[in-house]
Amino acid sequence: MRPSLNHLKRQIVAATMATQEGHIASAFSILDILWVLYREVIGVNPQNFRSDDRDYFILSKGHGSLALYAVLAERGFFPPAELERFSTFQSKLGGHPDCNKVPGVEASTGSLGHGLPLGVGVALGMRIREINRRVFVLVGDAECNEGSIWEAALLAAHHKLANLTCIVDHNHSTDRALGLGTLAGKWEAFGWAATTVDGHDHRQIREALKQSSPDRPMVIVAETIKGFGCKQMENNPAWHHRSPTREELPLILEELA
Amino acid sequence: MKTVESLLTADSRLVVLLGDIGVFGFRNAFQLHPHRIYNIGICEQAMTSMAAGLAKTGLIPVLHSIAPFVVERCFEQIKVDFCYQKLPGNIVSVGASYDYAALGCTHHCPGDVAVLRTLPGMEIVVPGTPAEFDRLFRAAYANPHPTYFRLSERSNPQTHEVEFGRANVLKRGKQATVIAVGPALPAVLAAVQDLDVTVLYYTTVAPFDGDTLKQNSRGGKIVLVEPFYAGTLVADIHAALETASVAIETIGVPHRFLTDYGHAEEHDEAIGLTPAGIRQRIADFIR
Repeated sequence: MRPSLNHLKRQIVAATMATQEGHIASAFSILDILWVLYREVIGVNPQNFRSDDRDYFILSKGHGSLALYAVLAERGFFPPAELERFSTFQSKLGGHPDCNKVPGVEASTGSLGHGLPLGVGVALGMRIREINRRVFVLVGDAECNEGSIWEAALLAAHHKLANLTCIVDHNHSTDRALGLGTLAGKWEAFGWAATTVDGHDHRQIREALKQSSPDRPMVIVAETIKGFGCKQMENNPAWHHRSPTREELPLILEELA
Repeated sequence: MKTVESLLTADSRLVVLLGDIGVFGFRNAFQLHPHRIYNIGICEQAMTSMAAGLAKTGLIPVLHSIAPFVVERCFEQIKVDFCYQKLPGNIVSVGASYDYAALGCTHHCPGDVAVLRTLPGMEIVVPGTPAEFDRLFRAAYANPHPTYFRLSERSNPQTHEVEFGRANVLKRGKQATVIAVGPALPAVLAAVQDLDVTVLYYTTVAPFDGDTLKQNSRGGKIVLVEPFYAGTLVADIHAALETASVAIETIGVPHRFLTDYGHAEEHDEAIGLTPAGIRQRIADFIR
């Protein structure tokens, strides 16, 4: 069950053309997860997105911002036309998301290793304030090189933050630098409940996101393909941080038709 | 400690995170408010981001550890998670500059104010006594900015009626204006007893009270006496006095690692942060 979401992928590719800026492949890696999360799981009202009574999503790997913007626009947080101004001088939508500019963005991220400990604080704050809501944080696998991720993992388990779910976008970006071994096993060793899913299979994503553990935080290791859905981008490091040339654009849009 | 403990009772928004420092001292608070005080452990980076996450839910975090660990170790977390995101919170350090002289340079932190003042929106408070901390903390802890409270193991002998964001005029004179920051005050007062100078006492250094300086520095000669790296606040002086021509003498901790051990007072002597050392520098400057 792997819908293409090509309508959003075309928007993402087109958004990068205004300034030739954007991490398209990283966005394609997480798009299915965010699509399912925002359509079927997370409780947040686009018309009242600062309400105390809401679930949080924090995109810790901020360079995947285009996927978040596309999904937030589709859900009505802001007009999709805003995507066409992505990364231009006075755009609300930057290469990394700014929570003081973009409706629905919960944290300003970009420097890696911040989002998960922020999410730990939000989850603990909800417990202190007796707000019965959930916190979702998405981190990259290479982001798991950061020590602060594992500090946060220890803290979340120690404080039994069962309202916290971390999704690891396991697209193997880390492989060229630092091997992480068995990711799910590492999180389990840190005291988390762990499950592994196909990060492009909407049914598997949905079932995993709807689960939670009664007394532990939960990690979902999502096996993903960087650049998923566009053959020349898939697992191609050249596409980590670039946008199409004028010549490449029609071919890519045709593939995503 | 008493200040924070009493505010934990008075304000249900306050949450205290300790970096495995001061835990015994807060033992009563742990008994009274087990859900709003935590010994987080030795992980200052995550502790800082976590505090910002608490602030996102409407709570008011107070972080506490030794200065180098709660400032320099997690500088980027303060920058991105608090300042860039415009979140409120309080960082209370202990062990100012070379208070922990015998522990060596890993535990020194004369650069904390210099690095934090690079962060837009960051407030920096340098009290001279526990009573001044009490007054300043109560005034600022719940405001919408991140605020750094720099505490020293050493206390000034006298408490002044300090006000957050305002400098105190302690003495008026004609030959120069001497700025004394927090714990630098006793040595300054002793040094200038018989000198015809103005003394301004700063316990808030960011935001910097430029008005009081402007109104009390007509002579154009400024002596800046700081308990941290010398010259840290020079840019604030220039900004306050705008286009006025001014001569500035900076007295403080020299910009090198203080690799000796012993007691803080021995370092004061070695670097000239004593009444005699300061008096000599001021006398030479105004001559």
